[in-house]
Amino acid sequence: MRNPLKPLVDKFGLPRVIIVSFFLLLVVAAGGFQMNLMQLLSDCVRRWGMFGILALAMVPAVQCGIGLNFGISMGIVGGLLGGLIVIQLNVAQNPSLVAISPLLAAWVAVLLAILIGVVLAIGIGYLYGQLLNRVKGSEMTVTTYVGFSIIAFMNILWMLLPFSNGELIWPNAGKGLRNTISLAASFSGVMNNTLAFKIGALTVPTGLLLFFFLICFLIWLFMRSKTGIAMSAAGANPMFAKAAGINVNKMRLIGTTLSTVLAAVGILVYAQGFGFMQLYNGPMMMGFTSVAAVLIGGASPKRASITHVLIGTFLFQGILALGLPVANQFIPESNLSEVMRLIISNGIIIYALTQAKGGDSRE
Amino acid sequence: MNKKLRDVLFQNKVVILFIFLCVGATIASKQPLTFVIPELFTRIARNSFIVLALIIPVIAGMGLNFGIVIGAMAAQIAIFLTTYWGFTGIGGFMATVALATPISIFFGFLVGKLFNQMKGNEMIGGLVLGYFAEGIYQLIFLFIFGGVIALNNPTLMIATGVGVKNTIDLKDTVKYALDTVPMLTIIEIGFYLVLIGLVCSTIFKLAKKQTVDWKKTILSAAAALVVYGLTYIGPVEQFLAKDRLMLLSAIELGCLATVIWQALKFVRSKLSAGNAGALDAAVGAVRKPFNGKRALVNLGLAAVIYGLTYVPALYKVLIVVQLPVMTYLCIGALCCFNNILMKTRLGQNMRTVGQSRTVANAAGINVDKTRIIAMIFSTVLASWGQLIFLQNVGTLSTYGAHTQVGQFAIAALLVGGASVQKATNKQALLGIVLFHTLFIVSPLAGKELFGDPVIGEYFRVFVSYGVIAMALAMHAWKRPVKEKVETEKPDDGKKVEAA
Repeated sequence: MRNPLKPLVDKFGLPRVIIVSFFLLLVVAAGGFQMNLMQLLSDCVRRWGMFGILALAMVPAVQCGIGLNFGISMGIVGGLLGGLIVIQLNVAQNPSLVAISPLLAAWVAVLLAILIGVVLAIGIGYLYGQLLNRVKGSEMTVTTYVGFSIIAFMNILWMLLPFSNGELIWPNAGKGLRNTISLAASFSGVMNNTLAFKIGALTVPTGLLLFFFLICFLIWLFMRSKTGIAMSAAGANPMFAKAAGINVNKMRLIGTTLSTVLAAVGILVYAQGFGFMQLYNGPMMMGFTSVAAVLIGGASPKRASITHVLIGTFLFQGILALGLPVANQFIPESNLSEVMRLIISNGIIIYALTQAKGGDSRE
Repeated sequence: MNKKLRDVLFQNKVVILFIFLCVGATIASKQPLTFVIPELFTRIARNSFIVLALIIPVIAGMGLNFGIVIGAMAAQIAIFLTTYWGFTGIGGFMATVALATPISIFFGFLVGKLFNQMKGNEMIGGLVLGYFAEGIYQLIFLFIFGGVIALNNPTLMIATGVGVKNTIDLKDTVKYALDTVPMLTIIEIGFYLVLIGLVCSTIFKLAKKQTVDWKKTILSAAAALVVYGLTYIGPVEQFLAKDRLMLLSAIELGCLATVIWQALKFVRSKLSAGNAGALDAAVGAVRKPFNGKRALVNLGLAAVIYGLTYVPALYKVLIVVQLPVMTYLCIGALCCFNNILMKTRLGQNMRTVGQSRTVANAAGINVDKTRIIAMIFSTVLASWGQLIFLQNVGTLSTYGAHTQVGQFAIAALLVGGASVQKATNKQALLGIVLFHTLFIVSPLAGKELFGDPVIGEYFRVFVSYGVIAMALAMHAWKRPVKEKVETEKPDDGKKVEAA
């Protein structure tokens, strides 16, 4: 009775309370510094939509029982390849499409990239799921390092793949693909700008949000379908699910593949909003960021929902969006916000691991 | 016999694969051995200590300790502070060690506590903890040093006075502090240490009213005195006055030591056989009986290695390599420490905990405490290892020196054939040799093969990640197999990665 906040803290978990308070503190600080709150808020919303699908990739993974999927870089690589192929083929500059509308051409380009990415990701995800079915119990450690390895492996491939478009390769006859590929000539901002409107200084990226919500809705539908429910059951209690006649391994395979596919879609949505595709070590730590986002939203290594994704991504990306300008007010041109990101994102993962009693211990 | 050979090959498949890779890459790089080998020995001196620091947690069942990054950070905090306070030379190095030890004990304690909260998830936990600690570390070095704690030193701090510079030059402070301790000094210190040890143990035994083996004590003291006395002979003194030992001399000394050691063993076995009688049974049980065949093999090996030094190609390499004596002694001492620890009660407890926490608990071992102690050991050793690394490199990259420490150390250990559950000194040392050979030659091989050194660099990074991924996957793969007693071939991990 003495502490009225206690039930609240118990319900949401201490770190979430801290993070929400921190977010509010940042808002207050930004207001105190006379910053343009509306502009910052639109930044938050933009990043929310951009990053949401990558965080959403955690939901099928966690629900099907493989836990936090640090290895979404497997899917990210597929998405990046899709984007590269589309740029190589110059789809966004295709005269007949541009003749109808440049926006249409860009949409065709990004959707085609997503399609290629999804096809690749299904293949990668299937193999990846096969691997994970054989390492039951230590998925998290394995996914992390398999994720790192694929990035390192792709580093070699980025140097060797025979792409020839001037947008992709280094200008002065250097070898390999560029580090950062500008999407200005292809599909930069296509979702963000579609149907975007302004309320005062607040920009609403309608197309982006619609796409994000559409994907969320599809996943929501899937989770409520027969397969989705079977998958959640397989994740929650494999023994019970097996007794009920569910093929646990198949369900895990579906969940892993879906997670990988979402990662491929997610990276392209992220890239179009950001305006650039980052190759090489760029996507290395994206798994950690996504994991942190959904954990902040209230997920655990055993359970994650779309609500967790929505809340978590908004809070995490909001803190990042607000953190940078606010931190710069304290110490100009410092990377205080980067330090903050490291501490928050990894701190929340550690917290989640300590809460997951048992984990992959088998005695 | 054939099956046995196949088993040996299968068990050592990782090592064999990497031996082939190393030899192939060395040939492809078209570098002379006079370049590769000295470079390799420098890297062995730098990196062995920290790799050996990984062994204790593996034995205690905590898997590959990704948390050694935190030990490295403790070392860097210490070295920054001692540099700021202006300590130099070997004294400065010892001061840094003295400062790093309590810091890393504290960190190791915290890490151990945390790992006890996430049993079974230590590896991923350690990895994330490394990144988390990185954040804290940057907070300390970028904002607290200078921002909260006023530090005034323009060569170390960023111009604004808040935050530490990117690189700190250790050239005038502790660079080569440990590497350049002359052998004379080492022997002198060793002599005094032996004397002190003997006196202390004698007094201890007298106080406890135990019988003192006077003959043995006096013999040991005399031996120490003789060795010390030898250093006053002109040529010997000249030879020992240097701080580096030529690899050729090291090999010659090694061969000589093997011969003397075998001779001593032989004499001892003859003596005990003479005295024997009733005692023999008791002594025989404790001391291994003299194995003539083994001794002969050892002697033969020594002779062959000694003979090989006369091959001109090898001779050329051997006279180029200069070993920093003290550093190698430290590495050797750590190997001995790891072995001795396993013979103590604590080491046995660790082993039991590593095999099964339930059994250990039932046997009355305090599992949590044992695990914390293992973590403290590992963190402290890692911090010393990082200090050895830094004093050899000579510059401290404030925000980068520690980031890859865990990664590379673990990869090296695994390349040597260790696994998540089993690691030995030999595997660690072999792993360092193989991994760092690959590290040296792969950019050059990449340049020769693909016309671009970057590909070689990416390749070695891929190897370091890939080998860890493979080891982890194989570890997890084997467990269900063990339960079901199925023999599935556990190496599809690589294939899936490459897909």
